[in-house]
Amino acid sequence: MSSADTHNKVGTTGLLGWIDARFPLTKMMREHITEYYAPKNFNFWYYFGSLALVVLILQIVSGIFLTMNYKPSAEGAFASVEYIMRDVDWGWLIRYMHSTGASAFFIVVYLHMFRGLIYGSYKTPRELLWIFGMLIYLCLMAEAFMGYLLPWGNMSYWGAQVITSLFGAIPYVGTSLLEWIRGDYYISDITLNRFFALHVIALPLALVFLVVAHILALHEVGSNNPDGVEIKKHKGSDGKPLDGIPFHPYYTVKDLMGFVAFAIVFALIVFFAPTVGGYFLEAANFDPANRLQTPEHIAPVWYFTPYYAILRAIPNKLFGVMGMGAGVLIFFFLPWLDRSPVKSIRYRGGLYKTFVGIFVISFLMLGYLGLNPATTTNTYLSRIFSILYFSFFILMPWYSKADKTKPVPDRVTFHAH
Amino acid sequence: MSAEADQVDGGRRHFLLVATSAVGAVGAVATAVPFLASWRPSARAKALGGPVEADISKLQVGELMKVEWRGQAIYIVRRSETMLAKLAANTANLRDPESAESDQPDFAKNEARALKPEYLVLVGVCTHLGCAPLGKFESGDATVAADWPGGFYCPCHGSKFDLAGRVFKDVPAPLNLTVPPYSFGPNNTLIIGVATGAA
Repeated sequence: MSSADTHNKVGTTGLLGWIDARFPLTKMMREHITEYYAPKNFNFWYYFGSLALVVLILQIVSGIFLTMNYKPSAEGAFASVEYIMRDVDWGWLIRYMHSTGASAFFIVVYLHMFRGLIYGSYKTPRELLWIFGMLIYLCLMAEAFMGYLLPWGNMSYWGAQVITSLFGAIPYVGTSLLEWIRGDYYISDITLNRFFALHVIALPLALVFLVVAHILALHEVGSNNPDGVEIKKHKGSDGKPLDGIPFHPYYTVKDLMGFVAFAIVFALIVFFAPTVGGYFLEAANFDPANRLQTPEHIAPVWYFTPYYAILRAIPNKLFGVMGMGAGVLIFFFLPWLDRSPVKSIRYRGGLYKTFVGIFVISFLMLGYLGLNPATTTNTYLSRIFSILYFSFFILMPWYSKADKTKPVPDRVTFHAH
Repeated sequence: MSAEADQVDGGRRHFLLVATSAVGAVGAVATAVPFLASWRPSARAKALGGPVEADISKLQVGELMKVEWRGQAIYIVRRSETMLAKLAANTANLRDPESAESDQPDFAKNEARALKPEYLVLVGVCTHLGCAPLGKFESGDATVAADWPGGFYCPCHGSKFDLAGRVFKDVPAPLNLTVPPYSFGPNNTLIIGVATGAA
């Protein structure tokens, strides 16, 4: 091997040197892991990004193995899931990992989004990073919705019936759009088959692509932190941020510790309470789909219920659908709704904190109301909390500006342990 | 190389770039059409969604029979004179008594919401969120309400409809129950899926 072969810009030798001359392996490792400088003051809230990645991998792997025994047909789907649960060695574990993983995904993603919200991580220069994140969230919702149809249980069936019928509320094109989505006049074998295709191929591909874009955007602008100050403003003579520490080994070790804690809780659920009392897997879904009999009470899985409550709160079907859509899409506009000069909640005033409190309570209450039957009182409460939910966003340009902020420190606050 | 050959014709390059992109975009859209169109109900789905014939010769007065059409339950009720006579009294309590907003063939846009008042034909799917309403034809049925005039009751979210499938006020369902296109065939049959005149 001549020296020209092994010559590369990173100065590695041997096999790694040979690779580095042909593929930017060491360069990428340094850029994204060993020499990616993250602020040293990350706290508890910073576990959920890496956990979301872990759950994505878990869902992809368990999903691939479920596909090996699952039959995407109205005739065979329900029975094939039961077959996985009873006859396939460890099938029950793989299936429960996948179903628990779906809820776990939303838990970590909601906490991850909340972290971005309170520390102003969507603000300049991280708008695009936030938008990629929101696109991941949308993709995840579609993925979860389509995945829920696949076991072909009665709640699968009626959930899909109710949610797809929302498209029918669109004037003029509603009916044809509905038939186009379902590929039939009702939720049938055809619908199941196409949802399967989207669930196992199209959406996971889109998800992985968006996650890569999300991480690339993050590494381009650098991570925000609980103080909301830019660590790139203060660099040492070596050109590295003074308040930054390399992602590896510092945060790989920290995230590993978060993963262990997460894995314990996850395993407890998978082994001892996979349905979580009907919240992760609804009781009605252990009956096969029956298109002539609806479950007594149709409710989506918990992660969709805040939006479902908004849908039911609005008496007009079309406006209900629009309200539900707006409830999700409004997050996209956060970078431009927030007019505060500071990023982090640590240096914001009482006005902002009050609105964040209202937002959290409204989101949780809507989630609770969406799980329960729409009684008169519940509908009334849903309306109040829907208004409060939207007021957090719509009034933000005003209160974020009027809010009394505290002086932001020049460097991150950090107490060595 | 001559000096002329070095001259770049910017206008020509720009034109070629735009023209190629435009043709390419048209090609991309044209290619997308078959993929998107493949999502429409297939020939088989359309055939299975064709009209359904129901034999109504054995249907007794006051009885409900169900037939399946396009995966939905179709309710056929043979109404008595008394049942029909009660319809007018409901008007004030109904959200859409004239069926102005609701979905039905033109021939059913009347008080009885039917081609022949004796036979009520409805899609058995609640207009709220698609549950199956129950037939509660007896007035004063205690499982619904003491002042119940008789009609349909949805167990999911409590929507109420009268004996013509018209929705009452203050229930979640926004519209009257849908009337499918149908017509009467020979030998006491009802053809669901084909409206009168179209057959």
